[in-house]
Amino acid sequence: MAFDMGATILSLQGVNKSFGPIDVLHDINLEIRAGEVLCLLGDNGAGKSTVIRLLSGVHKPSSGTITMDGKPLNFASPREAADHGIATVHQFGGTFPLMSIGRSFFVGREPVRWVGPFKVYDRKTANDIAVKAVQNFGITRIEDGDRLVGGLSGGERQALAIARAVHFGARVLILDEPTAALGVKQATHVLRIVNEAKRRGLAVIFITHQVMHAMAVGDHFAVLIRGAIASDFKKGEKTREEITDLMAGGASMATLEAEIESNMAGHDA
Amino acid sequence: MSTSSSLSFGSLMRRPETGSFLGLAAVFLFFTAFGGTNFASPTGAASWLNVAAQLGIVAIPIGLLMIAGELDISIGSIIPAGSMTCAIISGHFGLPIIVGVGAALALGAFIGLINGLLVIRTAVPSFIVTLGTLFAVAGMTLGFSVLVTGTTSVAIKVPEAKWLLGDFIGGIYQVTIFWWIAAVIFWTFFLHASRFGNWIFAMGGDKVSARNAGIPTDRVTIMLFVCSGMSAAFVGLSQAILYNSAQVSAGQSYIFNSIISVVVGGVLLTGGYGSVFGIVLGTLTFAVVSQGIYFTGFDANWASLIIGVLLLGAVLMNNTFRKMALSYAPKKAGK
Ligand SMILES: Nc1ncnc2c1ncn2[C@@H]1O[C@H](COP(=O)(O)OP(=O)(O)OP(=O)(O)O)[C@@H](O)[C@H]1O
Ligand SMILES: [Mg+2]
Repeated sequence: MAFDMGATILSLQGVNKSFGPIDVLHDINLEIRAGEVLCLLGDNGAGKSTVIRLLSGVHKPSSGTITMDGKPLNFASPREAADHGIATVHQFGGTFPLMSIGRSFFVGREPVRWVGPFKVYDRKTANDIAVKAVQNFGITRIEDGDRLVGGLSGGERQALAIARAVHFGARVLILDEPTAALGVKQATHVLRIVNEAKRRGLAVIFITHQVMHAMAVGDHFAVLIRGAIASDFKKGEKTREEITDLMAGGASMATLEAEIESNMAGHDA
Repeated sequence: MSTSSSLSFGSLMRRPETGSFLGLAAVFLFFTAFGGTNFASPTGAASWLNVAAQLGIVAIPIGLLMIAGELDISIGSIIPAGSMTCAIISGHFGLPIIVGVGAALALGAFIGLINGLLVIRTAVPSFIVTLGTLFAVAGMTLGFSVLVTGTTSVAIKVPEAKWLLGDFIGGIYQVTIFWWIAAVIFWTFFLHASRFGNWIFAMGGDKVSARNAGIPTDRVTIMLFVCSGMSAAFVGLSQAILYNSAQVSAGQSYIFNSIISVVVGGVLLTGGYGSVFGIVLGTLTFAVVSQGIYFTGFDANWASLIIGVLLLGAVLMNNTFRKMALSYAPKKAGK
């Protein structure tokens, strides 16, 4: 696959989203480029997941435009977004814990072969392709495509889900808190896979609450505060402390700590 | 690369039917020990195989629905409805048997279609939807039978169709056994070898993700309900032909019996896991216990106790096996 590195794939212009009377997003402008990791940061409830739901076809914007390759985008369903190469990987990666690696990798796109007059699910091909795809992302521990997805570690499941998206031609990879439930080592694995996806020219949207994880892979950062983009900057333009403060909703960490301390003192009394 | 087809202990442990195989072996040994030689003799075997065949034909589609995360209890009245439809058309009115059989199957398919449509349109749990149709169809069967024939039991004499649906092979084995074998082959292929099977497992695992992966979940759900409705109607009409008569209330026991067979067969109550072979083993286990008791000196009521214990044991065991299946990882050879 040939990707035009740096070309804008998705672009949001003046996007607003409200659910009935609740305004969730205000005037969002964002560019998502091939071969780049965009980190979407912000406090709980800031609207990060809502942004990606707009991009993945779950919701439609109340106003404003979203374009893909310059053309206005109007997905009726997540499936349609996936068909256009926008793949969303949810927190726990594989959602079919009781299915084998091969079977879950190919859900909805099962390879078949002819046995006499019958079309039969091609288990061997499915397993081989799935295992190879995960191993290409550096998870060499997975060798048996018959293993159940639920028996994999959280990081391995993320790897499987990302490998699946890439295998089926995703151009945009959306990862909503992929490292949230993972230990240090597993998280590192996932970050490495994010870098690998980026190296292959995918555009990655990466949501996290951990500054370290964001700084490890991000090329471009957007911080949401109460539904608006409070800051939009490139790698190296802000320090870790500045990013942390922004993520906490604008209040400086020092102020926050002082607040906690006075609260604690109040409880002790 | 691993040799995934090897019959290692690990790969055996993660098969959904391992537990049900152990259960069947246990009850079989138990009844061979206490039931004497009669139990395992050809005549003895016929008694539980005949029961298993009728139950097994409905249990498989019920099991598939459970794997897909749904439930169908309306079969309890589709069976007598199929029975009565066939008997009224070909017995009471004397129309050709092919019409009676066709009408009964069409009725089963139609009720299944209604079940499926209600489940996908209303998002009401399928237990409640099919509980509704269970009563509705029971009422309709009774009402129509009394209206048309003035009675709740209709005779049907169709010697020309006996060989296909109501005969005994060798004088003891019902032909239904062969229909069951055919059904097992068909459903095994469907669930384990065709891509539809993968869709069913995925739907039971997570319906929303399955739909997002492009699986036509609504169509698959409707199709499964249609299949369980038709299978139930088939059992009903074959009973009518076999016993030369149909009764309006002759199917309620199938509701629990089929669910027991499916669960004892290793299908997970929460969906997403199970096998046709396991369901067959579960059905055999149920039939062996319910019939085997007559070969022993025990009072027949004890059979329910054994079935209850088996069911609870199966549920616990299914959880254990599932955990083992999930945690199973092949041992690294060397290095
Ligand atoms: N369907 C909805 N209807 C009404 N309000 C909603 C809906 N979806 C999200 N919201 C609201 O929008 C706000 C943003 O939610 P969102 O899930 O995007 O936050 P988030 O940044 O992903 O938070 P977190 O870090 O906790 O995942 C929240 O206040 C939430 O209650
Ligand atoms: Mg969120």
